[in-house]
Amino acid sequence: MILTLCRRYRMFLILFGVNVALVFLYPSVGCTAFALTGDNVLEMLSFLPPIFVLLGLLDVWVDRETMMKYMGRGSGTRGMLLAFILGSAAAGPLYAAFPMAGVMMKKGASMLNVFIFIGAWSTTKIPLIMFETATLGFRFMALRLVFNLVGIFLIAFILEREVRRHPAPLPEQRP
Amino acid sequence: MSTAALYMLTAVLLVLSFRKDRKKTRQALKKAWKSFENILPQFLSILVLIGLMLAVLDRETITRLLGADSGAAGMAVAAAVGSVTLIPGFIAFPLAASLLSSGAGYGQTAMFLTTLMMVGLVTLPLETTFFGKRLAVMRNALAFVYAVVSSVILGVIL
Repeated sequence: MILTLCRRYRMFLILFGVNVALVFLYPSVGCTAFALTGDNVLEMLSFLPPIFVLLGLLDVWVDRETMMKYMGRGSGTRGMLLAFILGSAAAGPLYAAFPMAGVMMKKGASMLNVFIFIGAWSTTKIPLIMFETATLGFRFMALRLVFNLVGIFLIAFILEREVRRHPAPLPEQRP
Repeated sequence: MSTAALYMLTAVLLVLSFRKDRKKTRQALKKAWKSFENILPQFLSILVLIGLMLAVLDRETITRLLGADSGAAGMAVAAAVGSVTLIPGFIAFPLAASLLSSGAGYGQTAMFLTTLMMVGLVTLPLETTFFGKRLAVMRNALAFVYAVVSSVILGVIL
């Protein structure tokens, strides 16, 4: 039990050890790192619970047929728009989107829509756009937004074609 | 603000779900916990790594590397540093803003920002568990190419 826990958290324990060592070797760097990590953990704990609860609800309530109808292959523009809005409305860094994308795939959403969702989550989140305008200026934000819109769809289309050409079995979700 | 909205939405849906079917709701919460616990080790590793990285590469260091007249080399450094990991926007934007104000070019800043948010080598194993290796690598590679192209154009325009 404890052994498996150690194995699962091996990487974390190693990195944590490095950080502890830094505190003794280079106190300023080590302490800064710990402070930053602490802030990030708090930040993560603030937005992750609702995301995972939503994920659980999605898994239980939305059945395969519904997901396929709205976001599956052939859901067309409406499916893409829905994926885009879902991704843009979310909060949290991109790696929090991966489990959500996993459930969407399992329920039969098309790869195109899954990757549009991922792309939107990474760059076109509404609160982030306002934040970007405030910190970097409107021109910078607007130009980047236009590029991002093109980029997100382009990347999603290429990945979708790749999946169709080489339909690799998706990795099974670990239980 | 958006976090509060997220909590409210979740609470409303959870109450609705609980009213409709208690058993299913309990099942949903169990699933939520399970998938959270499943990726917690990777999440924690990523967070510690980001902390270490930002502690070593503080604002002054990054600004020096990407500062005024750093040109193509600055672009390359921006892309390399930005691609190491995925950093949430609330950290990335203030960092990018301080880069701009201390004299980094628009192109370098855009490159740093775009790769920070879309390309992550450290998070690649996590991504692989959901998409498979091939797709995860391809997505990161495409996002990288896209970041380079769009940032160079942006740097020329602005």
